[in-house]
Amino acid sequence: MSDKKNWPLWEVFVRSKNGLEHRHCGSLHAADEDMALENARDVYTRRSEGVSIWVVESKNITASNPENNGEMFEPAHDKVYRHPTFYDLPDEVKHM
Amino acid sequence: MKNENLYNYILSIADNSLILGQRLGELTGHGPSLETDIACTNMSLDLFGQVRSYYQYAAKIAGDNRTEDDIAMLRKEREYVNVLLVEQPNTDFAYTMARQFLFDVYHLLFLQELQKSKDLTLSAIANKSIKEVSYHLRFSTDWIKRLGDGTEVSRQKMQDAIDGLWTYTDELFHQTEADIAMAQEGVGVDVTKLKEVYYNKVNAVLEESTLQIPESKWFQKGGKKGVHTEHLGYLLAELQYMQRAYPNMEW
Repeated sequence: MSDKKNWPLWEVFVRSKNGLEHRHCGSLHAADEDMALENARDVYTRRSEGVSIWVVESKNITASNPENNGEMFEPAHDKVYRHPTFYDLPDEVKHM
Repeated sequence: MKNENLYNYILSIADNSLILGQRLGELTGHGPSLETDIACTNMSLDLFGQVRSYYQYAAKIAGDNRTEDDIAMLRKEREYVNVLLVEQPNTDFAYTMARQFLFDVYHLLFLQELQKSKDLTLSAIANKSIKEVSYHLRFSTDWIKRLGDGTEVSRQKMQDAIDGLWTYTDELFHQTEADIAMAQEGVGVDVTKLKEVYYNKVNAVLEESTLQIPESKWFQKGGKKGVHTEHLGYLLAELQYMQRAYPNMEW
């Protein structure tokens, strides 16, 4: 990442409107945080997609290792009582 | 034509954006990085959007059968009245950004004044364009500083670009007949009044970017009267190709 030929990679999060959360929408290259913000504006928000942008250098994100998916996520599968699946939802309630 | 001064005045504003937009558009797929490529073509699209509003208005003023496309695509080289600065070739990214910066500073000052125009259409277009142009200026200023106050190589490239383009800056403040008439009527902008603040702003950024302010006292002119550098013909050949080869074609 620190070689001079390539700018570091940044992850871009865009909030599409007030009240919603920022969502990861992609990544890009930039030399520093100011350039990353400008590039993010140009690459991801030129069609009114957002009202707020976060950028974070990709190396600062700690990610789970896919090799550990078993121990990380499998145990959740056999505990159905952790999911609210036993309730009847009225049709009016959307996005659940 | 009844309103010839107004018609010519509108073209003098719009042609700058058309030609600069076409130059930036040449970078489609050829920018130095994916991100800057998109940024340049975004600016190009902003400028084309503004251009359409101006030419639509000009076509209305002309009052004959001509359309915005006729005005944009079918004039001869000598009938384009853009300043020489905007037709200069991309050369390298330092030139592209220096040209952009030297025009953006002017463009924003100009639109801020045009906003006060007695002509409601022009004032509305100016009002709408200001946000876009403010971003262009932010973007180009940023690159002047990055390359100017960057490495030895980037600094030299930016200095070469500023030195090379400096001779085209003075023309921005020359007045044509239409300029004078429109400024007197409160429709147009008196560009001579923008000159001092323009150079103050430009020089401040150059100093902050550790660049030398060129001392040249000799300036090129002619674009506003239709006398262009050798570069414009090639640009128009590409811009007009489709309309010339397939007259009246539409998307």
